[in-house]
Amino acid sequence: MSDIPRIPVIEMFGVSVAALRGSGAVTVTDVHWSVAPGEFWVVAGPEHSGKSDLLMLAAGLTSPVAGRSQLFGRDLSDLGGGDPAARRRAGFVFQGGHLFNRLTVAENVALPLQYGRNLSPAEAAPEVQELLELLELAPLAEVLPARLAPHWRQRAALARALILRPELLLLDNPLSGLGARQAQWWLRFLDRLADGEGLPGGLPGGRPMTLVVAADDLRPWRHSRRQYSLLRDRRFIPLGGWSGVESAADPVVKELLAIPLETTL
Amino acid sequence: MQGLGAFALITLGVLLQKINVAPNVLRPRFRQEVARSGVALLPMFGFVALGLGFLVVGQTVAALAKVGAIRYLGTTMVIVVVRELGPLLAAMLVLARVGTANVIELGTARALGEVEALEALGIDPVHYLIVPRVVGMALGVFSLTVYLILGALGSGYLFAFLQDVPLTPGDYFRQITEALSWLDFALLALKTVAFGFFIAIVTCYHGLAQPLRLEEVSRVAVRAVTQGVVVCVFIDALFILLYLLA
Repeated sequence: MSDIPRIPVIEMFGVSVAALRGSGAVTVTDVHWSVAPGEFWVVAGPEHSGKSDLLMLAAGLTSPVAGRSQLFGRDLSDLGGGDPAARRRAGFVFQGGHLFNRLTVAENVALPLQYGRNLSPAEAAPEVQELLELLELAPLAEVLPARLAPHWRQRAALARALILRPELLLLDNPLSGLGARQAQWWLRFLDRLADGEGLPGGLPGGRPMTLVVAADDLRPWRHSRRQYSLLRDRRFIPLGGWSGVESAADPVVKELLAIPLETTL
Repeated sequence: MQGLGAFALITLGVLLQKINVAPNVLRPRFRQEVARSGVALLPMFGFVALGLGFLVVGQTVAALAKVGAIRYLGTTMVIVVVRELGPLLAAMLVLARVGTANVIELGTARALGEVEALEALGIDPVHYLIVPRVVGMALGVFSLTVYLILGALGSGYLFAFLQDVPLTPGDYFRQITEALSWLDFALLALKTVAFGFFIAIVTCYHGLAQPLRLEEVSRVAVRAVTQGVVVCVFIDALFILLYLLA
């Protein structure tokens, strides 16, 4: 591992993020953030605090209004359209999945692989099948997304992002709307990905997978090895490890941990 | 309008630049779109060709025969059916049947975040979603126009024959072929390809170019169809200028 250059996976210098939907108003300003390879970040914040916008910007899907954002050491402006290979190094799991509604689950998962490597459906099939089995999606391979339960849709979206074996995986509120059992599966699986064990064969070059997760509830994400940050009032506040979360006096952190606030009337 | 022009140029650029990118994915997409904008419309076009032949061609032949002007038949048919009515009618039918579906499909895909998902997976949405539609529609309008013209001319003669117009099939088709020039073939091909290209551009632009909410999709579809009709009539007017200049 030591011979891998430690170029930050994500690096932001004074970045301002615009809302993707709606007025285009700035949702987060002056973000300074560096994510090293192999780290597991949880970006927490209340609803509409700009978590999704920040994640999409980090993945290079939108451009900053101000400041500079880099992905794998390269400016995002260099990635715009010109270099889809670099884009494929970052996987993104949207909240709700955003699956292609006219394609079956297997076709959804196969499409990025086929497009990226110019494979026919038959050539892509073994790899797709292996991943579907790993995520327990094999029985649903031929089902259209509209007929899937929401948690399976979310899992199919995870499979679609993982088929390209990305070095960075960004997940927008992956636990939203999941039952306790499903949430446990996700937490375990993401941990295994972070440990480099989730995918058979791992990543090319033995690189660790870097994970960034947006969450509006911090409780399930308690884990000593994760890094935490908070989005509130248009600011990005790094909190450090779990001890930093617990010692934070911020009332929003307490809300996200579901600790009752002392009410002063 | 500026946005539309830019979108047309971007699409053309992607079409030419990425002609060899992921052919294994794009080739089936092209087949799908040619089937959707062409083959699937053949029964409807057969019906319309019959109607056009009976109503327009047959009546014109009968009227010309009545006033003793049957020697103008070829010129009249070429101007009415081959140059104007055939291409424009084919374009309008494709706009109505496939163009509206384009706006709704793409608008819904955009509103549900599928376009962002394509980008996140390193797939160029213009290459995957738009280019096949543009090519499919250009080929579709061209071939359907050819079938429509042939069908209308054939069924038109049938109608005239039933009305006892003294005209042999040999004379009828000879007159028409004599009135056709090489320019008609070249401009017919150019015009129908332009119709298909711009119908696809207008409908895809409205479906895709702006972030939409689901409730906006139907309103945008209406606007796209109106604009599609206007664009086709403009292209038609431009081609009349070409005919006059030639």
